[in-house]
Amino acid sequence: MSLTRRKFVGTTVTSAAALAVLPNLSLAEGAGEAISAYTGGAATSDTGITLIAPEIAENGNTVQIEVSAPGAEEIIIFADGNPNPNVATFKFGPAAGSQAATTRIRLAGEQDVVAIAKMSDGTFAKAVSNVKVTIGGCGG
Amino acid sequence: MIARRHFLQAALATTALYGASGFGNWAKLAAQQTLTQEDLIGTGGAGNVTLVHITDIHAQTQPIYFREPEFNLGVGSALGQVPHLTGADFRAAYGISQGSHLDYALTYGDFAALAQSYGRMGGLDRIATVVNAIRSERPDAIVLDGGDTWQGSLPALRTNGQDMVDLFNALGVDAMTSHWEFTLGSDRVHEIVENSLQPAFLGANIFDAEWDEPVFDDYKLFERGGTMVAVVGQAFPYMPIANPGWMFPEYSFGLRRERIAEVVEEVRGLGAEVVVLLSHNGFDTDRQFARDIPGIDVILTGHTHDALPDAVQVGNTFLIASGSHGKFVSRVDLDVRDGALQGLTHRLIPIFSDVIAPDPYMAALIAQTRAPFEAEMGEVIGTAGSLLYRRGNFNGTWDDVICNSLISQRDAQIALSPGFRWGPSVLPGQEIKREDIYNATAMSYPQAYRTEMSGEFLKVIMEDVADNIFNPDPYYQQGGDMVRVGGMGYRIDVNAPAGSRISEMTLLETGERIDPAASYVVAGWASVNEGTEGPAIWDVVEDHIRAQGTVTVNPNTSVDVFAD
Repeated sequence: MSLTRRKFVGTTVTSAAALAVLPNLSLAEGAGEAISAYTGGAATSDTGITLIAPEIAENGNTVQIEVSAPGAEEIIIFADGNPNPNVATFKFGPAAGSQAATTRIRLAGEQDVVAIAKMSDGTFAKAVSNVKVTIGGCGG
Repeated sequence: MIARRHFLQAALATTALYGASGFGNWAKLAAQQTLTQEDLIGTGGAGNVTLVHITDIHAQTQPIYFREPEFNLGVGSALGQVPHLTGADFRAAYGISQGSHLDYALTYGDFAALAQSYGRMGGLDRIATVVNAIRSERPDAIVLDGGDTWQGSLPALRTNGQDMVDLFNALGVDAMTSHWEFTLGSDRVHEIVENSLQPAFLGANIFDAEWDEPVFDDYKLFERGGTMVAVVGQAFPYMPIANPGWMFPEYSFGLRRERIAEVVEEVRGLGAEVVVLLSHNGFDTDRQFARDIPGIDVILTGHTHDALPDAVQVGNTFLIASGSHGKFVSRVDLDVRDGALQGLTHRLIPIFSDVIAPDPYMAALIAQTRAPFEAEMGEVIGTAGSLLYRRGNFNGTWDDVICNSLISQRDAQIALSPGFRWGPSVLPGQEIKREDIYNATAMSYPQAYRTEMSGEFLKVIMEDVADNIFNPDPYYQQGGDMVRVGGMGYRIDVNAPAGSRISEMTLLETGERIDPAASYVVAGWASVNEGTEGPAIWDVVEDHIRAQGTVTVNPNTSVDVFAD
């Protein structure tokens, strides 16, 4: 029989197996340090920023996320469970028509995606969205 | 065996809107043996817009037996809420007497015995009679199909869904949404939508994966007696995860809550006085949509196959659940005045095939679609020694037959069979025809694979599937019931956190615990992965049933379920 188990569970096998072996990393172990470094330890508001991510990724290798934060100078994205959590930084100049961005990121298993906006007044806003990466099958 | 269960009674929210039910007047009639077609179809309530809802027929054009679930556990905020009530709890919630025809139609108890009394349900020719009767009273009734229409039978498989497309065109369906439709492949879906489909094919959450743009129509507007009605479509959100994404690689789905909220605003802006979401989300997800998305008046739910006699009201949104396999048709009369929905009347019409006369025109069309396959479908393969059914959170007896077939015919230690919700029942003593086997297996990725898996990996699969069903947040529930398992027992703690629900995995042939480091021979079918090899599952099952002659399945006691 030519079927390998990798075929059976699909392209998410690596990440799903990793998920089972390693408990979901918490913020403190993942992006927490990088976030503190970015904000200088300042408190973050949970309003003023919108992060749209799928609840369950169709393909962990390319997960589309949208973020917007009116009035932001910068938005930084962290993938909390990735080996390198720092995903992207978007900078908006004074002439920017809107402070919003859409991108596709790669996620190594179920994790929180974190977006932090640095506002022009120096305050920070944060949004978190949990994205599940699953083996799939059996829907019906 | 279910060790413990804990259900809380539902308390429905109420607002100034009214939700009236046409349900509950039939018990006396049934007792008097005077149930008639007119009683079943009835008349509508007050209102100026009439909707007819059919969903999840799974290509069942013939009257069938379909046992409703014994286990349908709710988690999180759905704990103890409809539709997660079964058996006596369901009867109590809706005032249904035990042994009545509605008990037979809506619950699982004494199914085989009650089936002898009340007969088969469904049949698209009977449904046509009901739809025509509603249309004769309300000529501009809007007929809506929630999807899972083009898959689930031998004729639908052989014709790539064309039989169902033609029949639902003839029924006069105005709009539909989709799920299993896409397992015909995106090329075929496009061919049907472009060339032969009369209903509007709606899916506001179906996007081009590359360009991130909507592919099909988001909604359709209907003007009815001066009232503007918007029907927004929501296809099954987890299509590429739960079913083979390689069959429709150019599409992305997802819940897309923000998008649906935008579309609702858009149709309101266009003058819609009533917004209907024709959904294949599944009931719990739709209930959360009702909480989260403002401006939806009615959600016609699908996917989870629930049949509920009354609308469920969440805030100012009513959810309608119309069952599956053609067993029920919902009639919903909307009372729209002063530019807004004032209330509705819902009637869940049970399609008792011995009471409702077939529509001759539809019956003839159905016969045409079946004619090329009658001889093949009619061949008797064996006999059911006990009731064969599927629906429920855990193994059904049809699944046990499939798992036993995989173990015996593919020489495996453990069998995995997907947690599909479709597939009619076969009564004890009934002949098992080839058609019955296809009714439980017909789909486009049927290869029965055989492979080796480590005990650790089996645990990963079990946990992953369990979280797709029992995640307390309905937005993270992917759909389907628990994977069916043969040759292995386990314990599941439904409300435990992800990754720790499954324990006590035991290889039944030895009685020993599954060793994470050991390797086991596993057979299964319906892999979502491209290039899966093996014989079609219906051939595997047919060989097994032929060898058995009479198929008797003892109650499955290999799953211990803990739900509180």
